[in-house]
Amino acid sequence: MNPRYLAWAAGIAALIALPFVYRDPYHLHILVLILIWSFAYTSWSIMGRFGLVSLGHGGFMGVGAYVTALLWNHLGVSPWIGIPVSMLAAGVLALVVAYPCFRFRITGHYFVLVTLALSGIVLQVITATRDYTGGSLGYTPNRTRGSALLALQFDDKATWYLIALFVWLTGLLIWRWVDRSMSRYAMEAISEDEDAAAAAGVNVTAEKLKITLISALMTALAGALYCQYQMFISPDTVSGISVSLQMVFAVIVGGVYVSLGPTVGAIITILLAEILRIGFGTKAVGWDNLVYGVLLVLFIIFLPKGILGSVIARLKTQRKMPQRS
Amino acid sequence: MQAFLDIFDIYLLEAVVNGILLGGVLALLALGLNLIFGVIDVTWICYAELVMIGMYGMYYLVQVFGVPYWAAAPLTILLVAALGAALHYIVIAPLLTAPPINQLLATGGVLFILQSFATVAFGIDFRNLGIRLPVLAFGEMHFSYARLLSFAAALIGMVAVYLFMTRTFTGTAIRAISQDRQIMSLMGVDTRRIYLITSALGGALAGLAACLLVLQYDVHPFVGLSFGPITFLICVLGGLGNFVGGFIAAFVFAEIISLGGLFSDLEWGYVLAFAFFIVMMFIRPAGLLARRT
Repeated sequence: MNPRYLAWAAGIAALIALPFVYRDPYHLHILVLILIWSFAYTSWSIMGRFGLVSLGHGGFMGVGAYVTALLWNHLGVSPWIGIPVSMLAAGVLALVVAYPCFRFRITGHYFVLVTLALSGIVLQVITATRDYTGGSLGYTPNRTRGSALLALQFDDKATWYLIALFVWLTGLLIWRWVDRSMSRYAMEAISEDEDAAAAAGVNVTAEKLKITLISALMTALAGALYCQYQMFISPDTVSGISVSLQMVFAVIVGGVYVSLGPTVGAIITILLAEILRIGFGTKAVGWDNLVYGVLLVLFIIFLPKGILGSVIARLKTQRKMPQRS
Repeated sequence: MQAFLDIFDIYLLEAVVNGILLGGVLALLALGLNLIFGVIDVTWICYAELVMIGMYGMYYLVQVFGVPYWAAAPLTILLVAALGAALHYIVIAPLLTAPPINQLLATGGVLFILQSFATVAFGIDFRNLGIRLPVLAFGEMHFSYARLLSFAAALIGMVAVYLFMTRTFTGTAIRAISQDRQIMSLMGVDTRRIYLITSALGGALAGLAACLLVLQYDVHPFVGLSFGPITFLICVLGGLGNFVGGFIAAFVFAEIISLGGLFSDLEWGYVLAFAFFIVMMFIRPAGLLARRT
């Protein structure tokens, strides 16, 4: 058997076994956060690696979180139905914005600016409908009095850890599936030269829409999970431009072109935020973003492949060296 | 019924005029962004945050140091112009040969830096200049002098930029570079110097906008988010780098926001503007004034 698969199997087994051995609630909480955000970052990188840089993912995440919570609080719809509905809503939003963009060749700067405006608008809508969503003060899903399973509300960190782990692994599998599909070649051709790709028989609009849809659906799921886990959402934590930029930052720090890059990015960003928070307490307000910003600029200038990407690239060249000589 | 219609018309007219006044400032913002894009081929995502820093500059100069408004405004413009030049020198210049998306994302990092710098340095309180300009009553309509002043100053600023671009040698060089990047360096124009001047000019426009916006709005570290997205929409609708398109689009958007805000909250005006934008992308994807090819 391939040692690569063995390593993966051992790693996954260890991660599944972890909560049965080690139950410190704070550390499990950090792990759950890392897993949920890793999943969100992975879904961004599915688009981002093909040059489809979207700053609208904060919007998709906000739709995922808020639609699920609103359906539960106002209509009593279980998140088991609410989450698919919220994903559907984010998917429709993605299609409505992305279709004209792709059909009419809005790429590069234009696409970034349009999606940037999208996440800004979702934030505005959440703030404007403050009678239902609580506006910028945030929103809390009602505690269930009935079945915890039906309401998807668990007090146990270990349960959440396993759920998040499962979702994160699914995200990696989707990444791998895209990586090995024909879509990847089509998308790479498109990111090089759209006209040439179209001439070679690639349906440019359809391929781009497919990738965007997958990415938006996953991001909405991440938002809904985050809402169910934290039991508190506010427009600033799940939507808007800063969340979108946070995704970009984490993925670029970790590495866009490798499957575990977004996860590495999530580990770094969340640990950084937690260390700053514990070390400086309330004085740290704003400092974590300051550090993010400086690191983002430095990484783009000096290490555009990200940490994991650069390490893997270096390992590969070292492995190839002896063969050449 | 007749009384209702009278009131309705007055409010409608007032909203239309206020929309035009708002359009002036938005056009100024769009001009700065278009200038940078047209010449350097870079989009500053952090443009609205430069305006935010300028607004804080005005606040500190006027409220804390007691500088009169008319003296503080040029200082703020200079400050933001220097900031724009520094942004280009430190962040954009090393990335000029990198893929364009990287430059854009790097300015996204600067957005984070500026926002959190303002949070750390100035706190998250809402602050204002404490200057209350009188309100002009015209018939039964009311317009604040702050808006009229901003509109006039924005127009003067835009005319000044137009004269600079058409009447001076540097301006001509800037326009030439936006037409052909490679050839101009062969013609003996120092591209790096022109880029730096353009960045400073873009910054100065953001500074002017800051001086005007601070008259109407409170400043806080996230104030940039309330007009940043709309500026980007204007630039895309007008066609990035297209000055006239941006100018017209600014007024179209300002009217939509103003009229939308008349019937419901201001936030819904923004939502309406975005919906309009999506529709327009189907009709004129390359910008309002694009020629069909």
